Amino acid sequence: MIELLNVTKRYPGGHLALANCDLKIARKEMVFITGRSGAGKSTLLKLIGAIEKPTSGHIKIGEQDISRLRRDTIPFFRLNIGMIFQDHKLLYDRSVLDNVLLPLHIRDLHGVEATQRARAALNKVGLSNRERSRPITLSGGEQQRLCIARAIVGRPTLILADEPTANLDDDYATEIMEILKALNDSGDTIIIATHDQGIIARYGKRRLVLADGSLS
Amino acid sequence: MNLVTHHHTSLRDAWQRLRLHPWSNLFSILVIGIALSLPTGLFLLMSNLDRASNSFAEQTEMTVFLKTKTEMDAAQALADAVRAEPGVRRVRLIPREDALAELQHSGLDDILTSLTANPLPHSLVVEPTDSLRVRQLEQRLRQHPEVEAIASVAAWAQRLDALKTFGAALTWSLALLLSLALLAIIGNTIRLQIYAQRDAIEISRLIGATDRFIRRPFLYFGALQGGLGGLVAIILSGGGIFWLNRSVAELAVTYGSSFRLANLDLQTSALVLVTATLLGLLGAWASVAHTLRDFD
Repeated sequence: MIELLNVTKRYPGGHLALANCDLKIARKEMVFITGRSGAGKSTLLKLIGAIEKPTSGHIKIGEQDISRLRRDTIPFFRLNIGMIFQDHKLLYDRSVLDNVLLPLHIRDLHGVEATQRARAALNKVGLSNRERSRPITLSGGEQQRLCIARAIVGRPTLILADEPTANLDDDYATEIMEILKALNDSGDTIIIATHDQGIIARYGKRRLVLADGSLS
Repeated sequence: MNLVTHHHTSLRDAWQRLRLHPWSNLFSILVIGIALSLPTGLFLLMSNLDRASNSFAEQTEMTVFLKTKTEMDAAQALADAVRAEPGVRRVRLIPREDALAELQHSGLDDILTSLTANPLPHSLVVEPTDSLRVRQLEQRLRQHPEVEAIASVAAWAQRLDALKTFGAALTWSLALLLSLALLAIIGNTIRLQIYAQRDAIEISRLIGATDRFIRRPFLYFGALQGGLGGLVAIILSGGGIFWLNRSVAELAVTYGSSFRLANLDLQTSALVLVTATLLGLLGAWASVAHTLRDFD
């Protein structure tokens, strides 16, 4: 269970990104967060992923209040989350396989077992034949699939996807969404921030609308 | 097991980073090596001077010439008295007859035969235990009424000791200063490395990397740079001593000596390597801690 209790986020400089938001997301649920650019979708995901801290209010994931996490415990919390970024955030000087191995190395998992798990994740997103390639040689859709492989290789139970289909054509967008749906079907909780109303309509999952920092 | 593997991976990463920019890293290592070779070389020169002065100290015996009217019994009594003095290792009494005989053997026979009486006094050859106390011993010996004059190299020994003390202080000051320079060089290199890896660091943090995970390859990088710099310092110092030994050998021959400058022994070489590695590690630690705070 993910729970936001009266959460407000005001950035230094005064910009109010979220105002008094309350939200509950059940385990194994797939939720779309939508709204115009600048509505606060990314901020909401960053708060749930402990990338940002709320100005006020509480964010609970299970029994843990992550708004009170100490700086040195945040990395351990993030190990339970798979993050998919709009701009992919890949390491372009490393191979596809090395990008997927990184979360495993962070978890102190090395050697044959790590390689097998990374290959399984690449297989799941259909990139098995590109493991030696550099990410720069991949198409936009492939880079996003690589980002998903990196997010799921650590076997998280919560996946946060920030505009995962942005800048992708329909075929690639559908591919990505099918992968995310399959992950949800296998039991992962998935929160997707997107402004693509077509995708939201197609999957018929719960939709939360953010406007001027408020959820509805 | 996993921790060992992670250390191994971090070391491999650090080595790969060194190889990624071979020229800039080579120059950094050379600068570190040259900086370290200065105190190392000075330390070598000082330890060689110490060796040389030890053999010199063995020759710091002084010759005490007694007044010509001093009789043999009085000379013998004085020799016994000096033997009991603190700081005296050995005293040898040379009767005036023996001194004359020695002089005759040295080729001055013609001159000496023209003399009607033996002009030489009894003398004592005094060997001090410690080159530092020669001067004090000399002053005490002068107070005996039978003593006419003293010939010694005490002043030279003292100057040499003062030079050694100054050299040791200079070596330590230089070592301290250049250690700080080394910390700055490695710290700056690591800082540049961190900025070059900024994206990777930020991405790693987003997906759960701890500061320890991020820091470790940079620490290995600093330690590797320091260690390799230490190796360069050992090679440069060794090469310097090898080169200097040619001149030293030529100089020593003119004094009938086979003295040569000694090179770094295994223990000192290991100390230079370990110190350089630790300094590299320390510089990297300080730089990583400071730079990662900037990223927060």
